[in-house]
Amino acid sequence: MAILLTEETPVIVQGVTGRIGRFHAEEMIEYGTNVVGGVTPGKGGDTILDRPVFNTVKDAVAETGAEASIVFVPPPFAADSIMEAADAGIRHCVCITDGIPTQDMMLVKRYMRRYRAPDKMRLTGPNCAGTISPGRALLGIMPGHIYLPGRIGIVSRSGTLGYEAASQLKALGFGVSTSVGIGGDPVNGSSFRDILELFEADDETDAVVMIGEIGGPQEADAAEYVAEHMTKPVIAYIAGLAAPKGRKMGHAGAIVSAAGESAQEKVEILAAAGIAVSPDPSSLGTTVASVLDERGLVVQPA
Amino acid sequence: MDIHEYQAKELLARYGVPMPRGGLSYSPEQASYRATEIGGTSWVVKAQIHSGGRGEAGGVKLCHSDHEVADFANELFGKRLRTRQAPAGKCVYRVYVEEATDIKQELYFGIVLDRATERITVVASAEGGMEIEELAESNPDALIKTTIEPAVGFLEYQARELAFALGLAPSQIAKASQLFRAAYRAFRDLDAAMLEINPLAVTGDGELVALDAKMSFDDNALFRRPAISELRDRSQEDPRESHAADRGLAYVGLDGDIGCVINGAGLAMATLDMIKLAGGDPANFLDIGGGASPERVFKAFRAVLADSNVKVVLVNIFAGINRCDWVAKGIVEAFSQIDVELPVVVRLAGTHVAEGQRIIAESGLPIVTADTLAEAAEKAVAAAEIGDRATAAVR
Repeated sequence: MAILLTEETPVIVQGVTGRIGRFHAEEMIEYGTNVVGGVTPGKGGDTILDRPVFNTVKDAVAETGAEASIVFVPPPFAADSIMEAADAGIRHCVCITDGIPTQDMMLVKRYMRRYRAPDKMRLTGPNCAGTISPGRALLGIMPGHIYLPGRIGIVSRSGTLGYEAASQLKALGFGVSTSVGIGGDPVNGSSFRDILELFEADDETDAVVMIGEIGGPQEADAAEYVAEHMTKPVIAYIAGLAAPKGRKMGHAGAIVSAAGESAQEKVEILAAAGIAVSPDPSSLGTTVASVLDERGLVVQPA
Repeated sequence: MDIHEYQAKELLARYGVPMPRGGLSYSPEQASYRATEIGGTSWVVKAQIHSGGRGEAGGVKLCHSDHEVADFANELFGKRLRTRQAPAGKCVYRVYVEEATDIKQELYFGIVLDRATERITVVASAEGGMEIEELAESNPDALIKTTIEPAVGFLEYQARELAFALGLAPSQIAKASQLFRAAYRAFRDLDAAMLEINPLAVTGDGELVALDAKMSFDDNALFRRPAISELRDRSQEDPRESHAADRGLAYVGLDGDIGCVINGAGLAMATLDMIKLAGGDPANFLDIGGGASPERVFKAFRAVLADSNVKVVLVNIFAGINRCDWVAKGIVEAFSQIDVELPVVVRLAGTHVAEGQRIIAESGLPIVTADTLAEAAEKAVAAAEIGDRATAAVR
């Protein structure tokens, strides 16, 4: 099976009655996601898109058996919504919200440590495009039609670069098992390494495309994991070769503030770990094709 | 968001961080008045700009009379200080006058949002005065780090350990620990992203005082810190960036001539990379964000065209949360309202792409279209080169 999400996963939408939440809930339902309800405090008892709305995530889980949630709550309240999901027994939460204060995310990470590993919710994001298992289900905001179902995993900080990768793969006839956005914030729920571990264990994924960018230690951490533990090929691209030092490039986390955080340094670290690094963002698809060819792997669309 | 030294000191003083007496001035007369108000026989006069390395750039001077204070302040006002951190320079409009301190030792004290531990981390060193990056490179063992547990905050024993590790005398431990924890409370309460007291001075009579102070704040938390938002000084910003930021656009000014309008921070960074690889130079980073309406695209276009260095505009949109037809409408709108005399290269992909391309084609506007990122970058670079030759021919 794909990672994190299938057509069976019961999903609730936190912030479903907002303009953006409602729009994407509709898109997700259309794509085939098993959306079982939504949560907006004070709107419990209402119905939206033929699904029930609940006041609390706990109510929603009790009534619908939801296992995953997606958060479209505005930044001042988003951290609270994530912790509410964790406490209500949600297994996988995707937070789309961009603009959550960093200290709030630090509290979220600390809060989630109160659960033992088997009871701990997996958070991806915030400030991400979500997760999609093409042809099966969408728990995010990506345009579903650019993905071909298949056997290549994608993990990306940036949403739009994840789209870029998927469409280049599609043009070459390669499909995607699951694409996971981990988000552009400095403190996020899941790291590259966390998602690579899931892809390594997934028997429907044969290779992984990893798209990083300037700032933070997570690409270097992933390189170490790939070198020591990963059997499947990883193809990477790092955005921001032209980015000046000390400037924040759109994403709150895209800033070079310490040694090892520039794109050049990250490319060197990844290459040293045996990862094929695409020289430019337009050659992701062809780099994947040549790596699969070298390894003698034949990856068919699913 | 960055603030000035005097502003950081005002904030830290409220939390109980000790520092020399000082006052802000907007004119040389005010500077000398501040000196007499503070009293004593010598003062340090400091240019207030949003950059480190002011000392070596000639922005700080020890003065021994109120005349000398006025003269140096007169020299600073209106001057563009070029520092290592800001090579293009920042203009001085405010000058801080502070009583001179008898310095016995200079320490380093800093607080950061540490991405590796996902915690607030305190960094200190007995070797103050130099930049932390240099210190980290020349003598990483000299850095003492303490990670703060968010549930309980900066504990007294941690502050004590830090003070002892810095080699402070037993009589100074309590004072130091109080100062460290006061700075931490300011950092936490005000949603700071970075705080530096460098140098933190040990004075001749054994006191600890913050000689310099630098703070920057988490932009994502400004919604709940209105008092911090008020400290913004637009004179220290790139005017192109101020203009875009006021319109809700994530814009970073660069030195090249290819203006960029892109959705998504990652795609924007990748497009700049692609332009560089194709032999061109981007004029800016600009992420128009998700859900971009035609009005927003129009604003983005205006922000990019306001830069007189721009010779060609490259629009690269991979629509997920937003839609290509909205973007296309924004572009057509921009053409109808502004005199766009420059070549425009547009690449659209994703949601409603056919509709977007149809709007562009039916508009009859002189827009060059591209299907891939590589093609778009190459066409933009080629157009900028033609622009270069045209300019050269006119000259």
